[in-house]
Amino acid sequence: MFYRENGQFKSNYASDQQMLPILQDRAFMLGLLTFAFAVVPFVVSDYVFLSLLIPFLILTLAAIGLNLLVGYCGQISIGHAAFMAVGAYSAYNLVLRIPQLNFLVVLVLAGLIAAAVGMLFGIPSLRIKGLYLAVATLAAQFFMDWLFARVKWFTNYAHSGSVQTAPIDLFGWIVDTPVEKYLFLLGLLIVFTLIAKNLVRSHIGREWMAMRDMDVAAEVIGIRPVYAKLTAFAVSSFYCGVAGALWGFVHLGAWEPLAFGLTVSLNLLFMIIIGGMGSLLGSYFGAAFIVVLPILLNQVPGLLGVPISTAMASHLEFMIFGALIVFFLIVEPHGLARLWAIGKEKLRLWPFPH
Amino acid sequence: MMKNVIKKNGPVLTLGVVLLAGLVAPFADRSTTAGFYVEVLLGGLMAGVLYSLVALGFALIFKASGVFNFAQGAMVLFAALAVARLAEQMPLWAAIPLAMVIMVALAWLIERLVLRPLVNQEAVALLMATLGVSYFLDGFGQTVWGSDIYSIELGIPKEPVMILESLFQGGILVNKEDFVAAIVAAALMVALALFFQKTVTGRALRAVADDHQAAQSIGIPLNRIWVIVWSVAGFVALVAGVIWGSKLGVQFSISQVALKALPVVILGGFTSVTGAIVGGLIIGVGEKMAEVFLGPVLVKAFDLAGGGIENWFAYMLALLFLLVRPEGLFGEKHIDRV
Repeated sequence: MFYRENGQFKSNYASDQQMLPILQDRAFMLGLLTFAFAVVPFVVSDYVFLSLLIPFLILTLAAIGLNLLVGYCGQISIGHAAFMAVGAYSAYNLVLRIPQLNFLVVLVLAGLIAAAVGMLFGIPSLRIKGLYLAVATLAAQFFMDWLFARVKWFTNYAHSGSVQTAPIDLFGWIVDTPVEKYLFLLGLLIVFTLIAKNLVRSHIGREWMAMRDMDVAAEVIGIRPVYAKLTAFAVSSFYCGVAGALWGFVHLGAWEPLAFGLTVSLNLLFMIIIGGMGSLLGSYFGAAFIVVLPILLNQVPGLLGVPISTAMASHLEFMIFGALIVFFLIVEPHGLARLWAIGKEKLRLWPFPH
Repeated sequence: MMKNVIKKNGPVLTLGVVLLAGLVAPFADRSTTAGFYVEVLLGGLMAGVLYSLVALGFALIFKASGVFNFAQGAMVLFAALAVARLAEQMPLWAAIPLAMVIMVALAWLIERLVLRPLVNQEAVALLMATLGVSYFLDGFGQTVWGSDIYSIELGIPKEPVMILESLFQGGILVNKEDFVAAIVAAALMVALALFFQKTVTGRALRAVADDHQAAQSIGIPLNRIWVIVWSVAGFVALVAGVIWGSKLGVQFSISQVALKALPVVILGGFTSVTGAIVGGLIIGVGEKMAEVFLGPVLVKAFDLAGGGIENWFAYMLALLFLLVRPEGLFGEKHIDRV
């Protein structure tokens, strides 16, 4: 009843092409943004910022990156944490060696370096696809793990191989309290989401989706597979590179080698499966899910009065992740984003049956 | 004629030559003794046998159901854990069959709960489903069986013996256990080959692998075949798990190391049992050689903080192979039709 587009006519091209064509959606989005910027910083505790919201924002960015590649272009990757690592270590070295560089520039450069590496490992995708590509990206994962753990230059000859970063300095604004970090990340995420949204509805995104749906047919209608696949790899790795740099600088502050291991890659993949492949909204849902679930698993048994050990909790986490992935693939292959869409569809008619 | 063959297989031949060169290269360094070289070679072959065993389960499932089974490593871990823990309660000869029963039950459950609902989905969806299965098995196995490091005692002496002392200076150190493992692996492969070629079930499996629909239309029950294939893969996982567990102890890392089966099947070709075996041996030898002989050179040249190139060598080799010959050594050539 309330969520209906009746009477909202599109009378010019601009309104036909806007991102949120329905007034209620725009109002909801405005409300959500106001809430996120103006209410959350005042009501939420530091613990929630540090253990929930900050990881959520960064992982969402990485999940969007992976979704662009897997969900939109159909090229599977189980090594995307490698590109996060490239981003993180690039940013570390840029800050270390060129200290006068602004952090935003560092972020973009780190993203670009990750994009270059991503394109390099994307080259096999031109000859192989699907399952074979999964192994090629695994190669990226293990090689990068090794590279950053062994080549001392990347970690500035640190003895333990772990690196430390100083708080971010943005034109004199030191981003060090949880609230500041949150606002900084939220702003970045919104910008990157807007870019991604516009990419996927522009000609590039359409080329990706054509490649995903049927590569041979896409080639026949004049889409260059080299261009489409490598741009997808580049953009996707750029996003993951930026996310990796943020994960290192904003969330971790100091990290060991193997902080961007295979587990992170698999988690990213789970995020987009559970959230919804080929949906930016799904990346948000998936990241939220993966961040919240372990914390819930640690808290709930205690609240219910059935204490379980941490080892048990981590095993349970594995089992629940695994079962959920199979469940989602069977019941709702399009993930939480699809459930959201179904909910919206129902809401149009509510409370009437027809 | 000869020229044509060379031209057609140019990149593959080049890669082969590079690999061979890598095999001989250690002798460029005068300090490498023949005995040590053979020891490394044997060590590589031994690791290769283990990779082959895991890859074999992989290739079996892929051949019969087109599923890229990411969970094979988790199955190896699960089987090894089951044997190790059951053997604490009962003698080994009872524990292994019991573990086998568990693996068959597992195969049946996977077919029922995961594969059947996902029938006719794209290969990538199935891959992700097996990823889910592998996570579930990792967690489930450790919940049920515990997550410490366990050992499997096969009753084979572990102390190394010197052989061929007359041939090489200083002799060669080998584990008796490794020999037994290699023999078991070889026997398993022969048994599997016989099973596939000579029995009715094996023939049905090959028919399904060849063409699902045609097999179904002549009355081969697909669902039962899948259960059988997953059971056979479970059996292979059990053997791999027992050998691996007795050699290195049963622990979580088995599941990760088993990932190396992926480059092995790439190298050998997804659908080929021979490929899995040869690929495993190549990868095993290649990575040991690289670690022992190439590693120190790299460390010296680039001032690295230690070797460990065996962590990625297999994958990079597979990657190179994909570029020059995507179908692998023994795989069927894939042709796209619209």
